[in-house]
Amino acid sequence: MNDGWLLARALCTPGDTLALDAAGWTDLLAIARAEQMIGTLAHRLAGLPVPKSVARILDDARASAEQGRIIALWEAEMARRVLTAIGVPLVLLKGTAFVAAGLEAGQGRSIGDLDILVPRDRIDAVEAALLAGGWEWVKPDPYDDDYYRRWMHELPPLIHRERDRMIDVHHTILPLTARITPDAGALLAARVALQPGVHGLSPNDMLVHAAAHLFADGDLAGGMRNLWDVHCLVGDFGTDGLAERAAQHGLARETARALRLAAALYGARVRLNLADRLYLRRLTARDGWGWPTRPFTRFGFYVRSHWLRMPPAMLARHLWTKWRKGGAGPASG
Amino acid sequence: MRHVFSVRIGPIGFRIGSDWRTPIDQLAGLYRDYPAPHDGVPDYTVRLFAARPWRRFVRPSVMIGGDFVLPEAAPLPLAQGLLAAEMGMNLQMALGQRRYLLLHASVVERDGRALLMTGVSGSGKSTLAALLGARGWRLMGDEFALLDPATGLVHPFPRLISLKNQAIAVAEQAVPHGRFGPLMEGTPKGSIRHLVPGVDAIAAMETPAMPALLLFPSFGFDAATRDVAQSEVFVRLTQASTNYVAMGERGFTALTRLVKSIPAHAIDYLDTDSALAQVEAAWADLGSDLGGRHE
Repeated sequence: MNDGWLLARALCTPGDTLALDAAGWTDLLAIARAEQMIGTLAHRLAGLPVPKSVARILDDARASAEQGRIIALWEAEMARRVLTAIGVPLVLLKGTAFVAAGLEAGQGRSIGDLDILVPRDRIDAVEAALLAGGWEWVKPDPYDDDYYRRWMHELPPLIHRERDRMIDVHHTILPLTARITPDAGALLAARVALQPGVHGLSPNDMLVHAAAHLFADGDLAGGMRNLWDVHCLVGDFGTDGLAERAAQHGLARETARALRLAAALYGARVRLNLADRLYLRRLTARDGWGWPTRPFTRFGFYVRSHWLRMPPAMLARHLWTKWRKGGAGPASG
Repeated sequence: MRHVFSVRIGPIGFRIGSDWRTPIDQLAGLYRDYPAPHDGVPDYTVRLFAARPWRRFVRPSVMIGGDFVLPEAAPLPLAQGLLAAEMGMNLQMALGQRRYLLLHASVVERDGRALLMTGVSGSGKSTLAALLGARGWRLMGDEFALLDPATGLVHPFPRLISLKNQAIAVAEQAVPHGRFGPLMEGTPKGSIRHLVPGVDAIAAMETPAMPALLLFPSFGFDAATRDVAQSEVFVRLTQASTNYVAMGERGFTALTRLVKSIPAHAIDYLDTDSALAQVEAAWADLGSDLGGRHE
């Protein structure tokens, strides 16, 4: 029975895939698609003498990722024009930052929304400028809107009415309700210029953000891709000064865990504790049909993600409200 | 998944898994003349599954999943499991296909040249394709035209022909020896019955064709044929494509090349006999200027 480890091994030792049979390739491609990593896989397997049908699928995935890269950079440029006009620097996060910086983590990477970081005291001006620039609110629900504005680390998501692309405007990297409060001012102050008018986080802050996103915010959905980012960033930049920086943001434990799990998943021999193994069990819970497996483990991490996000009374109120609206439940993807 | 069927339709391989046996048996029967995916590796996976474990047995309801999914897709009753499988395959193409520019069109071929027909649901393009297929044309597909940006050729995708409502009786009469699937009533699009493409269409599904003519049929109007300007053709085809935007510059180049290289007419019709005559007339007109037509 294949699971996410099949994908992890293919990414770290691409040559081993040549031993796969038709069923093995079928499983690998389905898992890679489900984890939104088929572009990354295609990039890693480029040039290998894979079966013809597989080569065609991987060629398509590479072309698709390249088109995604162009669109992501164009969307960043659109945001840059709006922000520059009001004197706010464009600071890219996650996928768009990786491709703008030409990093290994951006090779073949699937990029959904445009994520940016702006100073909290300028957030109203940024929102007004984006609304004037053709973006509009996605969530019509007043509870959701109010929830985002009071408690989240980002504005309610906005979508551009003509280009149909979402933008997530962050003012910090964890919800305000979380027990950990990263130093958003330090993130902005340490930003590095990628292109004229376009910035990214410093390498160490990129790693801390990846760890925060995975372990202190989400329910580990998309975790294999997130840890691949970590694996590549460590390969590009190393970890000098990372521990100190993570401690400054209150994310020492999460960052250390991200490093251990990324190393373990993508090929290194690492000493893992019991909790680490449970994380890996959740991260690789995917069968050869691209189907999420291990429902109890998944549910456990789903509950945990909400527990980390907010105090108990607030969590109860939030889940009650969402449940009445029929929205709550673990993400199946 | 418990029950599995793999098939190749034109250049595209599918693997369909199901919690239930019935839809898989139906697929295996209707697609029995089709080959397996190249190298045994399908391009896409489709999953038919129960929303909750007990819904496999109690009021069974088929959810459609796969490599690419629409979150709001509603489940279908098990009696429409075959339709769910077909919708799942279409969905993978519509959302995931990047090799070919997809045009929501039916395609038939004669003398190595392809006739594309596109229009909204109910315009009659599937019916016309089925009828032309029974009259000596080669059916290349009734759902998607697969336009190869590299060559400008259209590749066949002769999946089951999806006949809806009145078209079912029309096709049953026109293709009396045709192999039909089960009649599914009360689907989101009314009654649906599938027709298996002829053996010639299946045997030639590796062979692409050069587009020669584009028609926009509309059912329910007095018979008329009019030219359609290239600008209008371009806009209508961008709307008829599910992956035009996602294909980026390759999609734009492929589409402009197609629009510039073939004539396009709108065909209004009241009954299928007059429509077929209009199609044949438009095709015959083509013969006169084929020699002088260059890209």
